[in-house]
Amino acid sequence: MSAPLLQVRDLATHFFMREGVAKAVDGVSFELGQGEILGLVGESGSGKSVTGYSLLGLVDPPGRIVAGSIKLNGQELVGLPQAELRRMRGRRMAMVFQDPMTTLNPVLTVATQIKYAIGAHESVSAKAGRARAIDVLTRVGIPDAAARLDDYPHQFSGGMRQRVAIAIALLNRPDMIVADEPTTALDVSIQAQILAEMKSLVRDLGTALIWISHDLAAVSALAGRIMVMYAGRIVEYGPTAAVLRAPRHPYTRGLLDSLPMRAEPGQELAQIPGAPPSLAALPPGCPFHPRCPSADAICQTAPATTASGGRGWRCHHPLLDGAA
Amino acid sequence: MLGFLIQRLMQAAVVMLAISALVFVGVFAIGNPIDVLISPDVTQQIRLDTIARYGFDRPLWEQYLAFLNRLIHGDFGRSFVFNMPVLNLILSRLPATLELTLAAVLGATLIGVPLGMFAGYRPDGVPSRIIMAVSVLGFALPTFWIGLMLIMVFAVQLGWLPAGGRGETVHILGVEWSFLTLNGLRHLFLPALTLSLFRLALMIRLARAGMREAILSDYVKFARAQGLSEMKVVCGHVLKNISIPIVTVFGLELAATLAFAVVTETIFSWPGLGKLIIDSIQSLDRPVMVAYLVLVAFLFIMINFMVDIAYAALDPRLRAGRA
Ligand SMILES: Nc1ncnc2c1ncn2[C@@H]1O[C@H](COP(=O)(O)OP(=O)(O)OP(=O)(O)O)[C@@H](O)[C@H]1O
Ligand SMILES: [Mg+2]
Repeated sequence: MSAPLLQVRDLATHFFMREGVAKAVDGVSFELGQGEILGLVGESGSGKSVTGYSLLGLVDPPGRIVAGSIKLNGQELVGLPQAELRRMRGRRMAMVFQDPMTTLNPVLTVATQIKYAIGAHESVSAKAGRARAIDVLTRVGIPDAAARLDDYPHQFSGGMRQRVAIAIALLNRPDMIVADEPTTALDVSIQAQILAEMKSLVRDLGTALIWISHDLAAVSALAGRIMVMYAGRIVEYGPTAAVLRAPRHPYTRGLLDSLPMRAEPGQELAQIPGAPPSLAALPPGCPFHPRCPSADAICQTAPATTASGGRGWRCHHPLLDGAA
Repeated sequence: MLGFLIQRLMQAAVVMLAISALVFVGVFAIGNPIDVLISPDVTQQIRLDTIARYGFDRPLWEQYLAFLNRLIHGDFGRSFVFNMPVLNLILSRLPATLELTLAAVLGATLIGVPLGMFAGYRPDGVPSRIIMAVSVLGFALPTFWIGLMLIMVFAVQLGWLPAGGRGETVHILGVEWSFLTLNGLRHLFLPALTLSLFRLALMIRLARAGMREAILSDYVKFARAQGLSEMKVVCGHVLKNISIPIVTVFGLELAATLAFAVVTETIFSWPGLGKLIIDSIQSLDRPVMVAYLVLVAFLFIMINFMVDIAYAALDPRLRAGRA
């Protein structure tokens, strides 16, 4: 296999606040191949978005990347000056956010926002810019794009707005897109549509995709590989089918059991007991042990990552073939 | 949009009517102006004649209707004191106030908004702390005190700038303007600065609050994710977004400063409307007072009207009924 597009090693992004240091991302390593779709799942607050922001160099203070390395096409991004990062954003890597109601600027037309996005990297004539805008809007499935170009975001439905945002992210043909729960705020039928469209778009363009979600089911329809994140760490990763069929980490098992489609009709959904820990005051050892059914004394020490056959997990008591 | 305009115009007409009545009754209650008009030693006959000539013997409502009738025909009456049409009197003073007010409010906005945006963009830096300290001062110091201090330092101690008057003026369109001559500008500077400090403080606060909110918003993060430069993010995205409250306050302050530049005009002997109204109150020059108040109300309404139109231009969500 050729060198991966993206290589992340021991990435740590911490937020320095008066109450303490929140280790939102704490030692994350993974690779992403050219054109690959990788799912990143975990409960709310596990550090998924911050991982995405870190990749693009968009972590806002009081947060910053404190350690690790991010290599895109072999080029190190950590420590790169903002001006250089800016030139890469949009053209080499892009990001789509969760809430389509707030990602577009309400007082600028779609045409203007697209014009700014193109203008950030090259100067094109107004006419050529418009043609490109129409092309990319049509590509993401906006009917009659030429007529909608001068509309404002509020004149689009939520699903259409998210399509516009995706179009803007694709505008400069980045090598990689981080999609941060782009369908969570939409209703289910539109979710499925956008998911399918996104899949074919990145396939056509050869763009690699990191799909962030707290919904295992949605990710499994899309991603070839998934990573499960808990309290700032990757606790399990591997090919989607294998991980879903036989999760090794009790946390993955818990996530799977809480999926509605796994339950019998009328049966109460299984839940992971307790709540995710505060990132500023993590329990010692494995951060999941206070909620874990298999926890014992050894879980007070941090487990190392066990890797085997393209899969990996961080657990002292991995499940055998997914047994609960 | 047209329906919106017509609706606003009708509202404005009703408000104007109500204000004219309020003003008329209010000024009527101040006292009898007849003693200003004639010397106390004239005969009783002349006195009664004069009262009848001005209609002061008629009932209040009749006087009001007569006043309204004249108003609609553009006749504001004659000043008792200057013995000339009030409208001409006011129009001759308006340019002085207008240029002072515009200089103050425009200057405060053009300087205050960038300063405030900077302070919101880098809230923790030393420059931002200095900017905020200036704005606290602008709020805390009374205008008359600022004016007196400026005169003392720049006019009396240093002798750099004149302490009062309009200086040389230029005639354009039949009115006199100071801001077109260097000497006039020198005269304009201190009173405009005095009037603008409070507005400057206000604009700094507004722009800073807007910037702080906008800079954390998703659309800014999204713009950055596309590789936009910080300059483009701020000037292309944020500025337009935060301009709505700024335009509102600009309009309100413009109207309020036009109407109430009285203190500053008095301190700097600036021959504007403020000085005229103070003089007319002292001499019970009723037509001038009434016309001034009606004019001020009119200016307020017109400026509000323009602010509404500016809103619609700035915020597409307010532009209802577009196909
Ligand atoms: N701006 C910030 N200031 C302080 N702490 C932050 C900030 N942003 C994120 N964090 C910390 O990072 C943690 C992880 O946040 P993140 O947004 O990555 O979670 P997430 O996995 O994306 O959750 P969700 O599914 O709700 O989007 C938060 O719980 C918080 O402690
Ligand atoms: Mg998130």
